[in-house]
Amino acid sequence: MPKDGGIGASTKRREDVRFLTGNGHYTDDINLRGQAYVHFLRSDVAHGRLRSVDTSAAEAMPGVLRVFTGADFAELGGLPCGWQVTDRFGEVMQEPKHPVLAHGKARHVGDPIAAVVAETREQARDAAEAIVLDIEELPAVVDMKAALRDGATKVHDDLTSNLCYDWGFVEENKGAVDEAFRKAAHVTTLELINNRLVANPMEPRVAVGDYNRSTGDHTLYTTSQNPHVIRLLMGAFVLGIPEHKLRVVAPDVGGGFGSKIYHYAEEAFCTFAAKALNRPVKWTSSRSEAFMSDAHGRDHVTKIELALDAENNFTAIRTETYANMGAYLSTFAPSIPTWLHGTLMAGNYKTPHIYVNVKAVFTNTVPVDAYRGAGRPEATFQLERVIDKAARELGADPIALRRQNFITEFPYATPVAVEYDTGDYHATMDKLEEIADLKGFAARRKASEAKGKLRGLGVNCYIEACGIAPSNLVGQLGARAGLYESATVRVNATGGITVMTGSHSHGQGHETSFAQVISEMIGIDADQVEIVHGDTANSPMGMGTYGSRSLAVGGSAMVRATEKIINKARKIAAHLMEAAEGDIELKDGRFSVAGTDKSVAWGDVTLAAYVPHNYPLADLEPGLEETAFYDPSNFTYPAGAYACEVEVDPETGRVTIERFSAADDFGNVVNPMIVSGQVHGGIGQGIGQALLEGCAYDEQGQLLTGSYMDYAMPRADDLPFFAVDHSCQTPCTHNPLGVKGCGEAGAIGSPPAVVNAVVDALQSAGKDITHIDMPLTPSRVWAAMQG
Amino acid sequence: MYAFEIDRPASLADAVTALGAEEAQALGGGQTLIPALKQRLASPARLVALSGVAEIKGICTADDGALSIGGGTTHADVAAGAGAYPALAALAGNIGDPAVRNRGTIGGSLANNDPSACYPAAVLGSGATVVTTNRQIAADDFFEGMFTTTLEDGEIITEVRFPVPEVASYQKFEQPASRFALVGVFVAKYADGVRVAVTGASEGGVFRWSEAEAALSRSFTPGALEGLSLSGDDMISDLHGTGAYRAHLVGVMARRAVAAAR
Repeated sequence: MPKDGGIGASTKRREDVRFLTGNGHYTDDINLRGQAYVHFLRSDVAHGRLRSVDTSAAEAMPGVLRVFTGADFAELGGLPCGWQVTDRFGEVMQEPKHPVLAHGKARHVGDPIAAVVAETREQARDAAEAIVLDIEELPAVVDMKAALRDGATKVHDDLTSNLCYDWGFVEENKGAVDEAFRKAAHVTTLELINNRLVANPMEPRVAVGDYNRSTGDHTLYTTSQNPHVIRLLMGAFVLGIPEHKLRVVAPDVGGGFGSKIYHYAEEAFCTFAAKALNRPVKWTSSRSEAFMSDAHGRDHVTKIELALDAENNFTAIRTETYANMGAYLSTFAPSIPTWLHGTLMAGNYKTPHIYVNVKAVFTNTVPVDAYRGAGRPEATFQLERVIDKAARELGADPIALRRQNFITEFPYATPVAVEYDTGDYHATMDKLEEIADLKGFAARRKASEAKGKLRGLGVNCYIEACGIAPSNLVGQLGARAGLYESATVRVNATGGITVMTGSHSHGQGHETSFAQVISEMIGIDADQVEIVHGDTANSPMGMGTYGSRSLAVGGSAMVRATEKIINKARKIAAHLMEAAEGDIELKDGRFSVAGTDKSVAWGDVTLAAYVPHNYPLADLEPGLEETAFYDPSNFTYPAGAYACEVEVDPETGRVTIERFSAADDFGNVVNPMIVSGQVHGGIGQGIGQALLEGCAYDEQGQLLTGSYMDYAMPRADDLPFFAVDHSCQTPCTHNPLGVKGCGEAGAIGSPPAVVNAVVDALQSAGKDITHIDMPLTPSRVWAAMQG
Repeated sequence: MYAFEIDRPASLADAVTALGAEEAQALGGGQTLIPALKQRLASPARLVALSGVAEIKGICTADDGALSIGGGTTHADVAAGAGAYPALAALAGNIGDPAVRNRGTIGGSLANNDPSACYPAAVLGSGATVVTTNRQIAADDFFEGMFTTTLEDGEIITEVRFPVPEVASYQKFEQPASRFALVGVFVAKYADGVRVAVTGASEGGVFRWSEAEAALSRSFTPGALEGLSLSGDDMISDLHGTGAYRAHLVGVMARRAVAAAR
């Protein structure tokens, strides 16, 4: 019987009422009295030296309040990077300055050069056209390998080269890995590209800066996944505003997918300009601006080798990856191809020796950072593609080859530094074989062939590390932040509860699922619980929402705070019933004395806490409000198995997804409907990456895919109905809810399934095709078929 | 968007007068022009909105049996009302998305002559006649290359007359992002021969594939096109497909159009 409340119930999302009826309150809905508007003049060349920026004509235009250039920010800090990677030689990465407005050089198309603040948006835009730029165009650095050649033009003149770092992981493994390759019975090699993506949340970025001259308080309203992080980064590193004088508010946010984690120049600008002009200053990104100013995702060029022994056991993996950083280091960019990628190269398999090399490269392109999955899709894609290729070369069944190499004993310490706490990869593969009806594939292939189509089946596994992360560990790895989460649980006198969480919700449904957890713990209706997030003035601290961490880390903080609440409430109840605290039981919202019929309601206890007439005042403070910070002791390790069936039209190369099945192990599940929705969205984005989305630059660094005319987003009719299952549950062993995280799984697990399926379809027609780079557009598939 | 003046004439005569003003530009459904304005890629001083001109809207059958469609008729109205010419109705019903179909007009599409638009293939493939405020223009004379037509300044498309073929079909292979035609082929069989028009593929805009027309006029079967091919040299080559790919797709779509013709 499905539950109708609490943990495990598919409660409908309460936030959807306002989202679906047009009553959401987004940053662009915020309009302050006296608000002015900023328009950014952005570079239209990829690389150029700014000889002069003449703003005199623009300053004289109607409505213009002021025109800012890089010189206005020369005395301030640049946008900080939140993670410092140490390379394989023990040196720290090269870290360039990232000015709020370009100073000296413009380094990518879209780099902001000047900012016009005016009474209206159109006036600001008009004036920006009157700025006279004298730019000496420089050769653009676009291709990563070319960027590393001797004598290549440097993106940053003050760095020694375009190499950010050359990272080896684990460097000490290298000898053993090389030895394993020398002894291998078979080696499969695959070179591939993980395509560059643009996140494209439905809501473009917006920032509104405000300054109160009488109090000296700054407020920034912004489209962020983590307002506290923005407060810390912008306040401490860019503008020099202490946190108690800076409030950052991220109200309803229309999707992020990673792109709204980072601290962006526009946020700092609006906050700075609001004080400089003593006016609120607003910026709303156009979609065109989003394409050239939101951090992009992925963009790896990789060579992976898999060594096997004579019995087809994996014996070693060796990879070499070039990771594009773009023109500057976005907030968490250096960590993505390293600690979120290299640590996952074991996948679901007991490969004893693994070595990962990553060269991060500066180019004249938009900065690249985390995008749904962040490093883990890159690891999964190359690993699951090379296994598929190996199976083909060896004539082995791709599922059997995977099963043979599965990790089966937990905890399992991988050779790439992480320890998986739980998992059951055979169980998810069994479930996949069932829900995907793999037995019926042969008949479906025949039916496809009868109508002139090639049908392919692709299967793969994935594992991810979520719930980032133990602060002491990430500190050792170069993070310049802790990665705990906090929650304050405020019980009101009449029993209702307000939870202030640092886990921002921008589509994940926290307002519903977090309330379900409290409902389960106390036994009151979820309607009695309100989840508040997104405002540094409300929540104690928040590291934010990314890496599928909200329930595992933020939810755990909430559980810890609620446990404190229950402990105190138990004391109050014991006092009210004149019983021993140890005899008090909480069930269905009532405290009772074990073995008696004495009980008091939740509301009686909460009222007593705030009207403490009959109350143990000598031992207990009045009130019922508790805060907890939760720092996880490990990552969580969701895993699963995915299957994709495609049809390929051999005449046109067009690929259609006919079936898609996902069997995931997310540990315990709070709201199965929300989890299914998260998986659906992830698969949609993964199929988007596999078939449609590809951000492209030409050799001059011009963005070829700067709008939806050329950048293909997945649409409903590109996707089939999905079969998703999360009934295989091995609960996480180290967080109180036993949850693992589900937000990114679909985007991680689906691209290799699609590509494996297309290769299978083409092989079925006798084509000797072992790989096609994503996106598998009709023209690419057709070209591959022409040989 | 830059500031501009806008006229909303209620009659064709007023529209013609309004278009006589300096730097005036006609605005049909605005599905191309409005995005261009928003991106500041166009800066007309004055727009003349044709959406209020009732006399250029609607669909009827002319005395000679041709299907006559007013220049201001939306794609959605053609999709719903051109049942006498099913291939044309189907084409209109598959342009863009519902918003485009409910605002965009046949006259606007033809005047713009986007090299990837669908309507030019239907007009050229049907040997239709474009009727304007000044004259009647045969389809073969109307299109002059990408975004270029024989229309003169101030000339408004009032009507398009389509001879209704025995059978016809339009097959579009969509560009994955924009869903405009990467290649679209319109095939129409008339008593006096077959016409084949291709959109999306050529640097020169919509064109007739005369070898295919000759072959299909002899035998209206997909097999009649076997062995015929176009060169990729003059085809559009971009991120979404090489010229060779587009040339190949023309053949595929032409065969499918013949097979699907009703």
